[in-house]
Amino acid sequence: MVGIVGYGAYIPRNRIKVEEIAKVWGADAPSYKRGLMLREKSVPSPDQDTITMSVEAAKSAIKRAGIDPREIGAVYVGSESHPYAVKPSGTIVAEAIGATPDCHCADFEFACKAGSEGMFVAMGLVKAGEIDYGMGIGADTSQGAPGDALEYSASAGAAAFIFGKKNVVAESQFTHSWMTDTPDFWRREHQFYPSHGGRFTGEPAYFRTINGCAKALLEKSKMKPSDFAFAVFHQPNGKFPMTVGKQLGFTEEQMNQGWLCPTLGNTYSGASPIGLTAILDIAKPGDKIFMVSYGSGAGSDGFIFEVTDRIKEVQNKAVHTRAMLDSDNRRYLDYGTYTKFRGKIKLRGE
Amino acid sequence: MRDVAVIGVGMNKWGELWEAAIRDLLAESVLLALDDAGIDSVEAMYIGCMSSGLFTHQEHLGSIGPDYSGICPIPGMRVESACASGGAAFRAAYIHVASGMADIVMAAGVEKMTDVDGGGATFALATAADQEYEVYNGVTFPGLYAMMANHHMHKYGTTRDQLSQVAVKNHLNGSKNPLAQFRMKVTPDQVKNSVMVADPLTLLDCSPITDGSAAVILCSMDKAKELTRKRLVKIIGSGHASDTIQLAQREDISSLKSTNMAAKQALEMAGRKISDINFAEVHDCFTIAEIMVIEALGIAPQGKGGKATADGITAIDGKFPVNASGGLKSKGHPVGATGVAQIAEIVKQVRGEADEGRQVKKADIGLAQNMGGSGASSVVHILEGM
Repeated sequence: MVGIVGYGAYIPRNRIKVEEIAKVWGADAPSYKRGLMLREKSVPSPDQDTITMSVEAAKSAIKRAGIDPREIGAVYVGSESHPYAVKPSGTIVAEAIGATPDCHCADFEFACKAGSEGMFVAMGLVKAGEIDYGMGIGADTSQGAPGDALEYSASAGAAAFIFGKKNVVAESQFTHSWMTDTPDFWRREHQFYPSHGGRFTGEPAYFRTINGCAKALLEKSKMKPSDFAFAVFHQPNGKFPMTVGKQLGFTEEQMNQGWLCPTLGNTYSGASPIGLTAILDIAKPGDKIFMVSYGSGAGSDGFIFEVTDRIKEVQNKAVHTRAMLDSDNRRYLDYGTYTKFRGKIKLRGE
Repeated sequence: MRDVAVIGVGMNKWGELWEAAIRDLLAESVLLALDDAGIDSVEAMYIGCMSSGLFTHQEHLGSIGPDYSGICPIPGMRVESACASGGAAFRAAYIHVASGMADIVMAAGVEKMTDVDGGGATFALATAADQEYEVYNGVTFPGLYAMMANHHMHKYGTTRDQLSQVAVKNHLNGSKNPLAQFRMKVTPDQVKNSVMVADPLTLLDCSPITDGSAAVILCSMDKAKELTRKRLVKIIGSGHASDTIQLAQREDISSLKSTNMAAKQALEMAGRKISDINFAEVHDCFTIAEIMVIEALGIAPQGKGGKATADGITAIDGKFPVNASGGLKSKGHPVGATGVAQIAEIVKQVRGEADEGRQVKKADIGLAQNMGGSGASSVVHILEGM
């Protein structure tokens, strides 16, 4: 049996509301909230980045796995906001959690599905017998250009998963990847903000790709939507995952627990992985979970997990995802502070 | 000039057609029209298209059209008059056949608008306005029509609800048109409360960005009698007029002079009065446009277009049905295709082939009005069933 042996998430405490952003740009907040099904989003503090959030999530994953970090044979960090263009995020993360030096390490980038790619590869190496434990992380401090529709959703967060063969809490039963060359969203070297194809990011990109992957996964597994207790999809806004889930035959009840976007925003590489952590926080033994990520460019990784009896032992060993999302410790930023935190204000000499 | 009939029409399903290139769109309607006419080629092709260069980086539709329809080496030519390109292409084809230069000529129209984002589409469309005096100062088309709407409301008392009624009517008709882009019905409150675009025009006052095409085949009447067993639909009137490209140069921005002039020409040629016409397809690029067009055509008195709409005069079962197809509002507005699709709709209605629920009861004579820019060019055609 190969599967998840430990998991953890991290969500920064800062938030900004849709109204606060809309006010600055003279935009109609109610229509954005309605159209995106989104009320607020998380914002990293100035000293937080993909690496620090990855470390936080990884530490929780290790607590739940109950293993010596030196047993982790691979650390993969998936992100589109790696702090360095040249120099891995993964080395810092692996060092910080104590997984070095006998460890394979790589950074992944595939827009919003870089996190699930890391999970996919780490799990594959465990299954192949190359390593005992492998860690896949999805983390981002995403940027949206000021005034762009993306600015209302681009947020920050991380999720980490340790895969292994012993003490599994969620067995991986089936996987499927589906991709085409569909350039709906991109950021070229030296560009600060991403570009996107507007409405092209919807039907021909997100919906086509997730539907393609999900249908292939259902066919491969010979399962149907009603077989699952939970489903989670990439969530660039609140509306898309609910729409694609319903297109596939899933219900709101199955999707609600992993549907974090309305108050979290789009954590890009962290989006569906963080949703998965929220599901694992409350899942019961025997529950089946359906997950499909999405990355622009474009592709999806699909997973089917079945929760084991051990889940109950680990759920409370680290902070629950929704406890961070709904925490009383949330700090609401004004737009000025937000722009400072996000590095949108260019200082003299920069 | 000899008599000319329309013997074949074709239109693809309009919408955001991500998988279709401009050549695919064009060929699809051309082949549908050839099939409808029961022929396999034509002698020449006119293609209405506003801005394939800016929208898709592809010019030279005069070759693309015949080539990808499989009917080379017939001559092809693109006709451009902004949003009136389709109507102008139809008129060019009409003159070609009426002159005796050819017996069978196709008028097609196409626009592929979703290869660029919203900003790119707004820029391309704004090239139909005066670049030096209007666009330079930041005006886009919703802004121009909003100024016209504000003036119309100020001068004639046209109301917000009357604007909404245009959208409500056209979406109701479009809901029954399987080829329309937006088939949802809308309520006056939904129109009024949708996102503000340019005061007083909301999102649901505006026609959408659409990929689509349409094609019609014109034939000399003698030849048409040999070729078709369907009801012959004769072109009995054709009018075409221009106005200043700048709104600021007009004597009155609450009326459409070019439409009025083109309609007068077409009616005079047909020897008819507007009251002789049974129904019309008009250029409702914005709700205010339909109100102003029905006034310019004489369907409603000047200043009373809003009231006529609210009174149901232009409803599908009203005294003078307007935009039974759903109009640009619901059916969509692939700019170069719109004028040709209007002709296709008139022919379908006259033949009694319109979809259930939107067939005009008495549909013997129909009028098509297609307009460029803020009314800077207008084309009007009148067609009658034989």
